[in-house]
Amino acid sequence: MANAGRILGALEALTIPMLALAVSMVLFGAFVMIVGVDPVEVYALMYKGAFGTSFSIQNTLLRAAPLILAALCTALPAQLGMVIIGGEGALVIGGLAAAAMAVILPGGMPVLVFQGAMVIAGMSAGGAWIGISGALRHYRGVNETISSLLMTYIAIAILNHMVFGPLRDPASLNHPSTQPIGDENMIGTIPGMDVHWGLIFGIVFCLFTYVLMYRTTFGFSARMVGGNVRAAAMSGLPVGKLLIITCVIAGSAAGLAGAIEVAAVHGAANDALIAGYGYTGILVAFLARQNPLAVIPVAILLGGIDASGGLLQRRLDLPDATVLVLQGIIFVVILASETLFGRIKFFQVKEAA
Amino acid sequence: MANNFTINRRHFLRGLAATSALSAVAVTPLRQALAATITVGFVYVGARDDYGYNQAHAEGAAALKKLPGLNVVEEESVAETVAVQKTMESMINLDGATLLFPTSFGYFDPHMLKVAQKYPDLTFLHCGGLWSEGKHPANTGSYFGYIDEAQYLSGIAAAYASKSKKLGFIAAIPIPQVLRNINSFTLGAQSVDPSITTQVIFTGGWSLPVKEAEATNSLIDQGVDVVTCHVDGPKVVVETAEKRGIYSCGYHASQAPLAPKGYLTGAEWNWSKVYTDYVNMFMAGKNIPNLVRGGLKEGVVKTSPYGPAVSAEARKHADSVKAQFMKGEFVIYKGPIKDNKGNTVIAAGASQGQTDIKLESMDYLVEGVIGDVRS
Repeated sequence: MANAGRILGALEALTIPMLALAVSMVLFGAFVMIVGVDPVEVYALMYKGAFGTSFSIQNTLLRAAPLILAALCTALPAQLGMVIIGGEGALVIGGLAAAAMAVILPGGMPVLVFQGAMVIAGMSAGGAWIGISGALRHYRGVNETISSLLMTYIAIAILNHMVFGPLRDPASLNHPSTQPIGDENMIGTIPGMDVHWGLIFGIVFCLFTYVLMYRTTFGFSARMVGGNVRAAAMSGLPVGKLLIITCVIAGSAAGLAGAIEVAAVHGAANDALIAGYGYTGILVAFLARQNPLAVIPVAILLGGIDASGGLLQRRLDLPDATVLVLQGIIFVVILASETLFGRIKFFQVKEAA
Repeated sequence: MANNFTINRRHFLRGLAATSALSAVAVTPLRQALAATITVGFVYVGARDDYGYNQAHAEGAAALKKLPGLNVVEEESVAETVAVQKTMESMINLDGATLLFPTSFGYFDPHMLKVAQKYPDLTFLHCGGLWSEGKHPANTGSYFGYIDEAQYLSGIAAAYASKSKKLGFIAAIPIPQVLRNINSFTLGAQSVDPSITTQVIFTGGWSLPVKEAEATNSLIDQGVDVVTCHVDGPKVVVETAEKRGIYSCGYHASQAPLAPKGYLTGAEWNWSKVYTDYVNMFMAGKNIPNLVRGGLKEGVVKTSPYGPAVSAEARKHADSVKAQFMKGEFVIYKGPIKDNKGNTVIAAGASQGQTDIKLESMDYLVEGVIGDVRS
């Protein structure tokens, strides 16, 4: 009986979002029809741009990589009932810390050690950044949503200050950046693909945090805090510790995304780090219903939408905002579909007579 | 820098405007790809109707669409991340583009260089003048213009229009290209009246419309009666100036439609000419020069037509200097020039012509500019 319930539950968790996606696509089709474009053609182009060719698939995966990690920054604290939306700040700080680490490290080090140090610097900085929001919430009662959001502006200001000031590479005249980390130290691509290792890091991070949240006592305690803070505290759970540790793990995911942006894409830290991945990550986390495993397919879906947007612009002369409209529709429909959970008879375990 | 998921009012309105125009046109799949022989791809960092940097490039691309045997594909609002790399590759793989123009400054390193190495048979041309021999791949190139020549002329027009003798300049960040524009604008104005000052405000970013509006208002409150700017989209600055009843000079593209009364003139890019030249060379199979730079004489930059507020005297003065520019005789940076801290930056008798490499690393503001390069 318990087993049947679990299977039905999983089926429900899969069917409802799929249904919501289908509804979103129909609504989006109606939208493009209103503006005079054939929806079938739009669907065909979107499929081609996102998944239709091997190039498109790699394009999609590459765009999904930072989103996976950025989404964890929102999804993990959500298990404890916190709404953290400052992933962008942690990502920026993580990228800056990684680039700063590259400046400090002496040259001629083994490449793996060099990259490892950058990744650790990025994760620590990102972890500390969101950890502050967790600590402020626990010790001072500051709303973590607001604090993490506002800290993003501070992070961007710090990045700009460092890139224009102490860490500026004098050779970067018209595009202030930190010193390049050097071609030999760049994180490469997954063999046989044109996608950097950030994708694998993201997937491993998701698996790790899924096990942590759903298969360990730490995760159980954490989710209990999410269920009811007072009840958790009454049962003797170290609420503050759980809150802060989870925030640190979440922040380190975003910090890792920043470090990878620097080490695998840009080769230096500059204002290109502020690309909005942190904000799209919030969307991914909510669509994945804050489940670390579901983050992976959702990030790939959004990466695909992003990848196909260019083709819509170029072939159909649709404005760049078109894919934003689709993202918005999906967001609203999936959130609305939440109300369906537990209401469809088919998925409910029948009471034993 | 854009929020990737929020749909703000501007996006929405832009979407409506663009799409309603579309509805009249029958669209068939792959109509462009089938008809043409050569495909050229343009990538913009912002909206191509921003009355600024991106619009200037889009106007250049629009000129190419008139050429026969050419297919132009465009993509706007592409971030300076892997997004631009993939956009270029997508244009190559899915549209068959063989000539690419990634137009934003930040697209060059590492993004365009990386894609260019992967596709050594294709041609990549970047706006910014960053290419250097031996360091960058041979299938890449860069182009830029000495737009400060046009800024100098704007300065002359501004000086005649100003009554308070206080000019304002809204700038993004204190990098050499921006400082050069501020200095040339000021030197142009001082060539009319040496007592003129230019108050500078750095906003800290290329596209911060709210700060740009605040900066414009605050300059006007301090008595400034002509403003100009160096930001990606001068729209807000020019509109605010018009609303407050002062004069403005444009940048990147013409903002004259936004300020029919107060628009004096402006420093514009002339990418239509540059792009047409490039494409003609490309289609004829000629070698494309890796570095193209030029000013008014070479037709890389131009000035907006004078607005109604520019006096006959101002027109005559500006036109005479422009004629000297067209002959390649005029030098803006002629000593003695002091910076605004009292140090001599160019000694008496010395001069730095337009192609002088020293101007590329400018790190000072000239005397008469109120502001600090450390912002």
